Amino acid sequence: MIKLTHVTKEYPKRGFALRDVSFHLKKGEFAFLTGHSGSGKSTTLRLIHMADKPTDGEVRVTGYSSERITERDLWKVRRRVGYVFQDFRLLPGRTALENVAFVLEVTDTPQKAIRPKAQRLLSQVGLAPKIGAYVNELSGGEQQRVAIARALANDPYVLLADEPTGNLDERATRGIMELFRDINAKGMAVLMATHDLELIKRHPTARVFELDNGSLVYDSETAETDAPRSTPAAERLGSD
Amino acid sequence: MYALREALAAFRRAPVLTGLSSAMVALALFVVGLFSLATYNLQLTLSAIEERVEIVVYLRDDARQSEIDHLLGELGDFEEVRLVRYLSKRDALERAQEQLPEFGELFLESGVNPLPQSLEVELQPGFRTPDVVDRIAQEARVYPFVEDALYGEEWVDRLFALRRIGLASTAVLGGAFALVAALIIGTALRIAIFARRDEIYVMRLVGAKKSFIRRPFLLEGALAGLAGAFLACALTYGTYRGVYSYLFEIAWVPGSWIAIGLLAGAAFGAFSSGLAIRRHLQEV
Ligand SMILES: Nc1ncnc2c1ncn2[C@@H]1O[C@H](COP(=O)(O)OP(=O)(O)OP(=O)(O)O)[C@@H](O)[C@H]1O
Ligand SMILES: [Mg+2]
Repeated sequence: MIKLTHVTKEYPKRGFALRDVSFHLKKGEFAFLTGHSGSGKSTTLRLIHMADKPTDGEVRVTGYSSERITERDLWKVRRRVGYVFQDFRLLPGRTALENVAFVLEVTDTPQKAIRPKAQRLLSQVGLAPKIGAYVNELSGGEQQRVAIARALANDPYVLLADEPTGNLDERATRGIMELFRDINAKGMAVLMATHDLELIKRHPTARVFELDNGSLVYDSETAETDAPRSTPAAERLGSD
Repeated sequence: MYALREALAAFRRAPVLTGLSSAMVALALFVVGLFSLATYNLQLTLSAIEERVEIVVYLRDDARQSEIDHLLGELGDFEEVRLVRYLSKRDALERAQEQLPEFGELFLESGVNPLPQSLEVELQPGFRTPDVVDRIAQEARVYPFVEDALYGEEWVDRLFALRRIGLASTAVLGGAFALVAALIIGTALRIAIFARRDEIYVMRLVGAKKSFIRRPFLLEGALAGLAGAFLACALTYGTYRGVYSYLFEIAWVPGSWIAIGLLAGAAFGAFSSGLAIRRHLQEV
């Protein structure tokens, strides 16, 4: 469903952010994307969201190829890929409900369906009581949930989340993870970038990708046969 | 629905700037309006004068009646010709007498009629142009019994030159003001886009179509243009009333011109917005 083939991303002057990365995330899979800071996790998610084009190689998302897609058709990819940003990127002057409704409104949802759907999405993420609260009146964890509800608005095939638990405490993190598992249980693929290895260990059934300095150094699906056990995450994952 | 709400919100958000862009469109269209008013009235005058654009074919005194009848038929066969009138020496004298009584009497007393007989060729409307007139005159001059065929060449030419100048100046001045208006609309739009950059950014991220993102801005431009066009019409009408009451009688332009002006204002607003969006939407 999401397929990266020999993807390289080079930023002018900054050098390589990704080097020859290939993987295939299948329908309904739950996967972690891990690696040190600067290893290219956000870059990978951005390429899947087609916010940027790879320098080399191809990114395929539900049939759309980074090589052929035009600016005009980008919206089709964006509606199939829900994105939860590290910094949420909510509209600050609006309430939780308005933030979700806004997305529905600008993506051709029939006027009458907007409010009920926004309410349903917010209760799905456990925010029903805070529906009318303005973004700046919400805690970080609550804003995170609004961002997730927003990402789910167009019933995407896959949910991308960049460090969604980065600023949350233990309890809030657990809550968000439960939510992701629920969402995943309903058939939506989830790809979550995180450097929290403890978190990854608590979800042993999930697939794990590890990036190091722009290269894919570990993929749990192929690890049994040719795993580079020397990589930091693989070591720590296996050392328990 | 969304687009309209957002476009109206833009008016409320920056009333001064949107007002200014409307005012500029108004000014540009006011110039065009004034010229239209002038051109329209010139046109009316011109067509009144044009009615009198005709060819007079002077005949020799010794021309035979059969020859005259033949030429009359020939000229009447031109599709551009509405009618051909025969004017005998006597008719000519009578007309001269009416127009210049003193001379007429002089000729009557002397018993000599120096005025030639002639054919007056009147043209169909729409064919009263220098080249048609010239062609028919050339045709008539071929006959030996034709003394000359005249039509006041210069004057027909000048008439048409005048109209061309009017059109050209409207185009140049109107165009210049329109350019300024477009620049101001562009600036207004740039600010509107900037004010909504967060929303536009989110819209892109979540998969709003490009056309959807543009629509409110196009609509805003169209509304500003339309408002400007209304204002321009009002200003032009005011000028018309003023000239009519204090200077001289002129005619008000036809309703269809007003409709075209309003449409043009809206289209112009949308178009300049479109250009501005193309430029500035990339920046956010
Ligand atoms: N827009 C950009 N322009 C230039 N260089 C960039 C850009 N985005 C990322 N990079 C570089 O690409 C590399 C990978 O960055 P990326 O944000 O993907 O890392 P990351 O794994 O998400 O790190 P973190 O865990 O800190 O979020 C870094 O060296 C970064 O400096
Ligand atoms: Mg990152």
